[in-house]
Formats: sequence, structure tokens, C-alpha cells
Amino acid sequence: MTAAPAPTEMAMAKALNAGLRRALESDPRVLLMGEDIGRLGGVFRVTDGLAKDFGEDRVMDTPLAESGIVGTAVGLALRGYRPVCEIQFDGFVYPAFDQIVSQVAKMRFRSGSTAVMPVVVRIPYGGGIGAVEHHSESPEAYFVHTPGLRVVSPSTPEDAYWMVQQAIASDDPVVFLEPKRRYWDKGTVDVSAAPRPLFAGRQLREGSDAVLVGYGPTVGTCLEAAEAASEEGRSVGVVDLRSLSPVDWPLLVGAARAYGRVVVVHEAHRTLGIGAEVAARLSEECFYSLEAPVLRVTGYDTPYPPSRMEEVWLPDVDRVLDALDEALAY
Amino acid sequence: MSDLVQLLTPEGVRVPDDTYEEWVADVDAASMRSLYRDLVLLRRFDSEAVALQRQGELGLWASLLGQEAAQIGAGRAMRPQDHAFPTYREHGIAWCRDVDPVDILGLFRGTTLGGWDPRRHGLHLYTIVIGAQTLHATGYAMGVQRDGAVGTGDPDRDTAVLAFFGDGATSQGDVNEAFIWASVTNVPVVFFCQNNQWAISEPLERQTRIPLYRRAHGFGFPGVRVDGNDVLACLAVSRAALARAREGSGPMLVEAYTYRMGAHTTSDDPTRYRVEAELEQWRLKDPVERVKAFLLRGGEADASFLADVEAEADALAERVRTGCRSLPEPEPAVVFDHVYAALDPDLVVQRDEIARLAALGGEVPA
Repeated sequence: MTAAPAPTEMAMAKALNAGLRRALESDPRVLLMGEDIGRLGGVFRVTDGLAKDFGEDRVMDTPLAESGIVGTAVGLALRGYRPVCEIQFDGFVYPAFDQIVSQVAKMRFRSGSTAVMPVVVRIPYGGGIGAVEHHSESPEAYFVHTPGLRVVSPSTPEDAYWMVQQAIASDDPVVFLEPKRRYWDKGTVDVSAAPRPLFAGRQLREGSDAVLVGYGPTVGTCLEAAEAASEEGRSVGVVDLRSLSPVDWPLLVGAARAYGRVVVVHEAHRTLGIGAEVAARLSEECFYSLEAPVLRVTGYDTPYPPSRMEEVWLPDVDRVLDALDEALAY
Repeated sequence: MSDLVQLLTPEGVRVPDDTYEEWVADVDAASMRSLYRDLVLLRRFDSEAVALQRQGELGLWASLLGQEAAQIGAGRAMRPQDHAFPTYREHGIAWCRDVDPVDILGLFRGTTLGGWDPRRHGLHLYTIVIGAQTLHATGYAMGVQRDGAVGTGDPDRDTAVLAFFGDGATSQGDVNEAFIWASVTNVPVVFFCQNNQWAISEPLERQTRIPLYRRAHGFGFPGVRVDGNDVLACLAVSRAALARAREGSGPMLVEAYTYRMGAHTTSDDPTRYRVEAELEQWRLKDPVERVKAFLLRGGEADASFLADVEAEADALAERVRTGCRSLPEPEPAVVFDHVYAALDPDLVVQRDEIARLAALGGEVPA
């Protein structure tokens, strides 16, 4: 009997790589497909070494056509495979929009579950890396708005490791959003502990005055803001949504009831973003528990700006603290 | 049109073809009668569906009138293990894949978005977004290749995939991406384009400056144009292309040159954009009449055979009429069942809302 491997420190990109490796090992029907994911190992090296170890048949460099990547994944899924598509950057997912929204998302529904889509679409998303246009976007709301899709986003290496495997094992299609500016952040990954459920949120920090709600790239921002607030004597909790479709409403409603003040933080545009849904839902479900309106700290309702001004565009600790002040002033 | 593969002239005369006639060498008089029967029954089904739409029983119908030979030819070339990806007009393919014609009506009556089990029939559901299914077919063929179901020489194992689309779809990005994908992966897919000359109101000239089948060359695989109103030629060319795919020689483009004799759908009015003289020309090339002429000329069919087929068509029409009206209505509660693998708690709440409102019986409580 071998001892369970000890938890190790690794970056999120490495954790995703380990998760994909394990998925490839455990199920021969799992295939990776995308642009430059083979010999190069992906532009972020998330698939580094996988083509070498599993063959270019299972880790496929595809032609440069996003609709083709997802459209052929549909066919592979119909044949019984479990394709994992990599879209190289968030801004390049739109050519595949029809295949994701009209084909992948609706297939189970229109076929009465006789044709199902265990397809994962991995997308590095969000800003903060000084990239050129179309490389910093947060398209999650489009997919959350689409019935039939599941949408998740890990914020830590350990979640990345487990959630990518759970997404691949899911019989529902999953849009898997990877916070690219957190790819190189390290964290402890326990590959032998039982994972949390894929579609559950997680309370990362307790607090009695207010709760910050983030996901993906903004969870770290929320934690920093909560820490800064505690230095000012305020007790602020943090919830990592982890899953955007479905949202873990029991967790969120519980937190809202407990603290009465909620601030949602995301990089995506404000209007009709996840924050809007959280605000609407909490006002429906726990109106009398709220001490303040649910506030949103988000990217602005402009196209993503030139990178030299992304620091003022993206939610940062100061903006979160400002919103906290506003919430606490009610 | 010298580049057109034709084995049966519009007058019903067999013509030789060095490349393709061997592919239908087994087609004897009985087989020709069987093809004729398919064509007649399919046409009757189609005209019955148009009538059902006119009577308000269907919301819409996409008639295949004029394209019967292209579809029966391609459909009869398939083997049980093959898989086809149709548009919304492939009623003849569904016919050949043993889908109950009544079940084809469900989508157009609004009782379902599907209608049959794709795996059981080797026929994917109808796809309405133009060209999207060509990528699905290509991906499916990638799976076939991965499964080792290509080039084994076992006629019951080697599998081909058929992607159907029209002349309008050849302008779509997805179709061009499918051509590229299939070419570089060399997968067993046959792209079967029914060029019916019209994409709703847009003539072929709006889609292309060269004959469609010649586009294949640029993508790196062969293309062939076949008389789409000649069921024998369509059968021969489809058999050849599918055999080529099954043996592992990769994709091929078949352009079935035909004509959409009816409207795009029952919502369309083609008198606004095309002239009657054009239809007159194509009526002379009718796919059903030429087989009938062939059979009668050779003494392979007599009046009683033709009468039997007509009687069978009448019975089919009656069955389709009755079946259409008794297609089960969709249940409001069931609509929530197939969104996700497991019923979502939020959807349970929304489903119960329907039940709650139904229980009020339309009465708003004071």
C-alpha cells in the first residue's frame, strides 16, 4: 500500500496541467483539442508535456478556427468521446458562440437526452496581464445566461486541479473559466483529499459586518480587501462562488442573512453581470435581512480598455473598500 | 454540362459511365422498382405535409419537392453503421434511415425539437442553423477514425459519415471550416451538397463564382457533380464516395445538381423572385418521371405495379394525416427535464410555478 501523496505547492497552471493529466489517464475517451496545445503545450503551458505523454491523437493541435474546435467536439461527443476544448483567449470564443450556445447547450434538451454533450470549453479569461486587445475579457454572463450550460471558475490551484477533472466528468457541458492572471499564483494542492462538489460555493473567510462575493480572479482581491478592512476594525467575510451556473444560492442567501451587507466583485461589465443576478436574487429571497442594497464593484460598461489603464478599470482593493464603506454606511 | 455524372437521362434512357456505372451494377429491375417506390412515397409524404401545413396542422414545412432522387440515392447508399447529419429538408434521408414519417412532423408541428433517437437511426436530429452540422459530422468522423472503424476491410465495421447541406450553406464559415478539418484529418466524411439553385430568394450566383464541386480541389479532396435528379447516378456516386471514406481515403464533396421545385418553406413566396419558365425547364427533368419512363420503356413495370405504388402512397398519406393529429402534445412540466443531466433546484421552482399557475385555472385571486 502506497501512502497518499503529501499536499504540494504549485501554481494554478501547473495544477490544471496535473488535473488534465489525471483526466486523460483515468478515461480513454477524454481528448484535448485546441490551438497550440500540443508540442508547444499551450500559450500558457497549461497542457505542457501532455501531447508527448498521451500522443497527438489525444492532445490535438487543431486548425485555427474556434467554431471548428467546438463544432467538431460536438461530433466527437455524439460518438461517445469527452472532448476538452481550449479556446486560446477569452476574446476568441465569439467565433464559437453559435456552436456553444445553439448546439452544445441545446443538444440534450432538443434530443430528450438521447444526444448529450459531455464537452468542456476551457477559456483563460480576465485582465490584469498587460495584454493587447481581445486578450483580457470576461464573457461569463453570456454563458450563464444560456440554459444547458454550466459555468465554473476556480480561484485557487487546488480548486483548479479538482474542478477541471469534475468538469470533464460532468455529463453537462461546462464552460471552464481560468483566471489567467492567477495562473502563476501558487497554492497548496492536496491530490488525495476528497474534492468539494463542483457546483458548490465556498466561504473562505468568516466575518460579521459584511460579506464580499467574488469568483475567479477577484477572489484574491476580496481576500486582500477583507484583510485591509480588518485592520480598520471591520469583520468582513469572503465567499468564492466557484460555480456561476448554477450559483450556490443556499450558501449566498445564508451569508446575506447572516451579515446583511453584500458586495459583489467581478471584472466583467456591470450591466446584467453576475452581480446583477446576485442583487436581484438576494432582494427576492432575503429582502428583510439586508441592511444595505447589494453593491457591485465591477469592470465598467466600456469595452476593455488599453492595458496601460487596466489598473483603474479593474476592481482593486481600494474600490472594494470604498464599496464596503458605502454598504456599512446604511 | 459535360462534368455532370448522369446514368439515367430525363427521358429514362440509361447512359454509360466508365467511372460510376460499376457502382450500380447490382441494381436490377426489382431494385429500380424499389427506388421508384421510395421516390413516389417520399413525394407523397412531402405533399401531404404541405397540405397539413395549409390546414394549420403544421406551423411550417420545408418541402423537398424536386430533390427526391438526390436524397433517396444518398440515403440508399448508406450502411446501417453509417451516420448522417441532415439539415431540416432531409426527409428522404430520414425515410431511408427508417424514421417514422409521422415523427418527422413533430418538429414542424411544434410538439418536439427532435423526434427520433439519433443513435438508433444513425441520423442526427435536423439542424436549422445553416451549416453547423457539417462540423458535427466531421467531429463524428474523427471519432469513427479514432475507434478504428475505418479501413479494416470489414464491411460491417468500416463506417462513413454523411454531411448534408445546401448551396447557400457553402458560404458559411462552419462549412469551410469543416472542409479544412476533414481534409487535414483525413476522416471518413462525405460532404453531400444538394445544390437546389436557391437559398430562399438568393440564386446560386450570390454564393459562388465557380461550380461548387470544384471548391473541393482547393481544400485538398475530390469533388464531383452529379445529376441530382437522377436517382441511379446519386446512388452510384454516393456509394463510391462512401466506400472511399470507409476505406480510409478521406473526405469527398458531392454536389447533387438539382432544383427546389417548391418554396423554401411554406412561409415563402417564390413568385416574388423567380420566373415560371425556370420551373418549366426543371419539370422536364423530374426525378420520379424518369424512373417511371425507364421502367415502362423496358417493360420492367406495368400498370398494376404503378397502381400498387399509388395505393401504397394513398395509405401512407392517410397514416401521416392521422398520425400528425395524434402526435402527443408536449407537457409543460417535462420541458424542464432535459436541460441538464440532473434536475436543477432553480428549475424545480420554475416548473412548480407553471403547476401553481395552472392550479389557479386562469383565475387571479382577489
